[in-house]
Amino acid sequence: MFRSFIDSHFFFLTEKMILSTLQTPRSLSRLSLTRHSHSYTSRASLTDQTPTLTTSPPPHSEILSTRQTLLSRRASAADLALSRLARLRLVEPRLRAFLHLPDDDALHAQARRLDARIAAGDDPGPLAGVLVGVKDNICTKDMPSTGGSRVLAGYRPPFDATAVKRVRELGGIVVGKTNMDEFGMGSTTEASAFQVTANPWDESRVPGGSSGGSAAAVSSRQCVVSLGSDTGGSVRQPASFCGVVGLKPTYGRVSRFGLMAYASSLDTVGCFGSSVADTGILLHAIAGHDRFDATSSKQDVPDFQSQFASVSSLESKPLKGLRVGLISETIDKGVDAGVISAIRAAALHFEELGCSVNEVSLPSFSLGLPAYYILAVSESSSNLSRYDGIRYGNQVYADELDSLYGGSRAEGFGSEVKMRILMGTYALSAGYYDAYYKRAQQVRTIIRNSFKEALSQNDILISPAAPSAAYKIGEKKNDPLAMYAGDIMTVNVNLAGLPALVLPCGFVEDGPAGLPVGLQMIGAAFNEGELLRVGHIFEQTLENFRFVPPIVADDDIAF
Amino acid sequence: MASAIFRSLQVHPFLLYPTTLLRRRNGVYHLTTKATQSQTDTQPRQPQTKVSTSSTQSKKLDKIPKNYEAIIGIETHVQLSTLTKAFCGCPYHYGSPPNSSICPICMGLPGALPVLNSKVIEFAVKLGLALNCNLAFNSKFDRKQYFYPDLPKGYQISQFDVPIASAGFVDVDIPVEFGGGHKRFGITRVHMEEDAGKLLHAENGNYSQVDLNRAGVPLLEIVSEPDMRNGIEAAEYAAEIQRLVRYLGVSNGNMQEGSLRCDVNVSIRPIGQSKFGTKVEIKNLNSFSSVSRAIDFEIARQVQLHSQGQEDQIVQETRLWEEGSQRTITMRKKEGLADYRYFPEPDLPAVILAQEYVDDIIKSLPELPEIKRRRYEQMGLSMQDVLFLANDKNIAEFFDATLAKGADPKLVANWIMSDIAAFMKNEKLTINEIRLTPEELSELIASIKGGTISGKIGKEVLFELLAKGGTVKELIEKKDLVQIVDPVEIEKMVEKVIAENPKQVEQYRGGKTKLQGFFAGQVMKLSKGKANPGLLNRILLEKLSSNS
Repeated sequence: MFRSFIDSHFFFLTEKMILSTLQTPRSLSRLSLTRHSHSYTSRASLTDQTPTLTTSPPPHSEILSTRQTLLSRRASAADLALSRLARLRLVEPRLRAFLHLPDDDALHAQARRLDARIAAGDDPGPLAGVLVGVKDNICTKDMPSTGGSRVLAGYRPPFDATAVKRVRELGGIVVGKTNMDEFGMGSTTEASAFQVTANPWDESRVPGGSSGGSAAAVSSRQCVVSLGSDTGGSVRQPASFCGVVGLKPTYGRVSRFGLMAYASSLDTVGCFGSSVADTGILLHAIAGHDRFDATSSKQDVPDFQSQFASVSSLESKPLKGLRVGLISETIDKGVDAGVISAIRAAALHFEELGCSVNEVSLPSFSLGLPAYYILAVSESSSNLSRYDGIRYGNQVYADELDSLYGGSRAEGFGSEVKMRILMGTYALSAGYYDAYYKRAQQVRTIIRNSFKEALSQNDILISPAAPSAAYKIGEKKNDPLAMYAGDIMTVNVNLAGLPALVLPCGFVEDGPAGLPVGLQMIGAAFNEGELLRVGHIFEQTLENFRFVPPIVADDDIAF
Repeated sequence: MASAIFRSLQVHPFLLYPTTLLRRRNGVYHLTTKATQSQTDTQPRQPQTKVSTSSTQSKKLDKIPKNYEAIIGIETHVQLSTLTKAFCGCPYHYGSPPNSSICPICMGLPGALPVLNSKVIEFAVKLGLALNCNLAFNSKFDRKQYFYPDLPKGYQISQFDVPIASAGFVDVDIPVEFGGGHKRFGITRVHMEEDAGKLLHAENGNYSQVDLNRAGVPLLEIVSEPDMRNGIEAAEYAAEIQRLVRYLGVSNGNMQEGSLRCDVNVSIRPIGQSKFGTKVEIKNLNSFSSVSRAIDFEIARQVQLHSQGQEDQIVQETRLWEEGSQRTITMRKKEGLADYRYFPEPDLPAVILAQEYVDDIIKSLPELPEIKRRRYEQMGLSMQDVLFLANDKNIAEFFDATLAKGADPKLVANWIMSDIAAFMKNEKLTINEIRLTPEELSELIASIKGGTISGKIGKEVLFELLAKGGTVKELIEKKDLVQIVDPVEIEKMVEKVIAENPKQVEQYRGGKTKLQGFFAGQVMKLSKGKANPGLLNRILLEKLSSNS
């Protein structure tokens, strides 16, 4: 009796909150859908081009072809969902990319609702029928959300993260929760409390991290696109390792509401797709101001889709005049030779497209790693205080309060998380604050300024997304410093709050089929549109590479 | 079994578990870490802004040996009366059922983020200005980190090194009965923060429950300079803070409900010694009189220890005021300085005030208590009247509105402080709830002054107006209360009374002149109280003596 009262009471409150504050009025969402559908239909025809004659056709937008399929009634959303879920389940035992997969019935029901809308002549939304994987640190109200941590095992949030809510409102189907390093702390997904995810290109290798599950799921075509989070490279590095497109938006571009905080001043919700267009369409869906995140920006979100010109409409030098700066510190010692040559080849490709490519030096680049780790662990030591076993999550029985706290946290957190909480607590302690946290903030300002300077002389900056391709599972497990060093390419971008797009640009010879190498393109704040435009042209004109991992059978992707 | 219960409860906002979980080593349930931050703020500073115009010695204080001096600083937490909490959309109502006003944000669920309620800044700026502070046009929020079950996020959003307002003062008039005089007390800082929830301890002591209704409610913490020297000064300081927040409309200032909470720091030192003594913090003060009495008790306790050479027994600790036994008892000893690991709150942007924003708030400020008191004083009112009228914003507004109709300040003050105050007290009404309007009070005073009605009838009319409303004119007409000022008519009544009481007339004329009062009363009765008393007495005296 008592329990049920509390239960319903709680539910009522959270429902009320969500109803009154989170839901867009029906008429408004209808309006925005109409706007989207206009641009989408006009663009959908563009992708129906005859394929180019290269042996490896450039990646097309699965989101747009799904839309075409549905609107032309060639297949129903329910049929599409059925076939895609079958493939997801087929490879899942080998990859272990998902921590939670809902019943097929629940997803079918969503797909059938979309079909009903289509049958009624309503626009089902730009993401209609698109299967979206969601990193487990992004809250979903109908699925557990654990952040890859035992401390939240079985925890079900009473609300959807803003990014998830927007995906659903636009017709996307959340297909499951993807594996990750606990609370985003790691670069391999091995620090998940629950399972290790394999790299689709070589199952003995890590998919990268911390959004390893989201990257592997898109790479293996278990889902069309996925949401990840990027605090120091957690979208870009796994995108590189798995050969998919990964986008880390400008800090503030996408609401963090519902993203379990790791380092609040660095955290961003990012996107994965198998093409630049899909990644950009997903970003467009989730970007924009949110009144539930005081750090989200009120900057307008431009219509990125107009950037995705079809390859046949391109001039011979489609990027003529674009100034590309290759960050010299990122192709220096400590970076694998195979990675350097792939990036140099990418630079040549930019030149072929009409860009001027120059090496630029960011002398503060090497300061980024220590500054990042000080700031990230400091903020995380604070953000993870709420996992105290009192209100939710893992609670250990104890005779007195300190033991309840100690036991719940000792049992709930993994060793990497504990290490970072300890380091962060130390860095913020009285007497150490000035030497660590404050100093790191000063370094952050220097880094921000040096990026600003470099981006005043270049339109975009390029670098590898990681110093190496995917390494073996277990290889760096006992060498955290080596793992941290792998973040060198990405952390500076978070410190500066800038957007960056990673897309596969080549291979290193390793593993059964070679391992993909990701190119990182860094742009000015809130200039994701330019990154997507350049990235799309780069991707559509890159010949002789096909970034589909061996785990995906050839006939599988021809849907 | 037990673990099954915990399992089932842990996702619910309302928790049960054995009280031993929450029991601190010394056996007292309380947050050990709260409110000690300003230790360093209040203690080592010399009073800077003290402007003392007269001593506040009173009989009571003479008990304290004259060769000691007490140093008192106060931390006040004011709960703001915003419609919703500081960082989420939940309303807060005192006394609501536990956990009935909570959401993912104030519960600190994973992924929830704070968004500042802009009213909090407005209220902070108002109070900062009213306390004559310097405003920080560029301030920020910080996280103050500690673990306690009533603190959902494991940190409190507060302000650390850049408070929104600092270096102000407040002027206070000490009541006449405590020696009177004007005092100025320094304000160190005012900062914004969020409240924590509440722990409810079961009566049998077996478990404790967490109520998060109050979690996230906005507070302003006001830290005073250590400028107070005795309990009365401290109580007057606190009362002035209460008046200010009520005048400004930023809080209901209710101490019983915890909307205004005072923690005081007390130390003593021999007069002439420049070094401060060891400071003791006192909590659980929920009225001004307990502030005053707790401090005086604590001063006496410390002086006694010191004068017996036991000053080492005065230790830095938090003591609890026990209302029942009227004394302070040890709550917990300080275990070194707590490290709250403050750092800037990354979820909230900086708080930047525009000059126009502040200017608009300055323009909107009401007349503040100190200005009002000085204005009333200049009208020639006694300090007792001044303090009474200015104490309550609504009474002051009623008073001012009555004056605006042209009434004499002293007469209005007398009416308000005597019959109107008595009526409100008996009927337990506030001045806004009585039916009497300032217009009618002014009319009533004018009617008496102009001789339309007598003072006695005036009182009757007043009580009618207080209870039922209406206008003075209507009442006088309806009840035929116009004073009889016609000497012929009064003479007739006097003659009638004399004729009806021959015995008393005889006695009077035999020298028992005290009987004049009897005759006056009889005539007044006959006139139904309407006879002009001056005229009546003159004619009565004439008649009684003329026939002798």
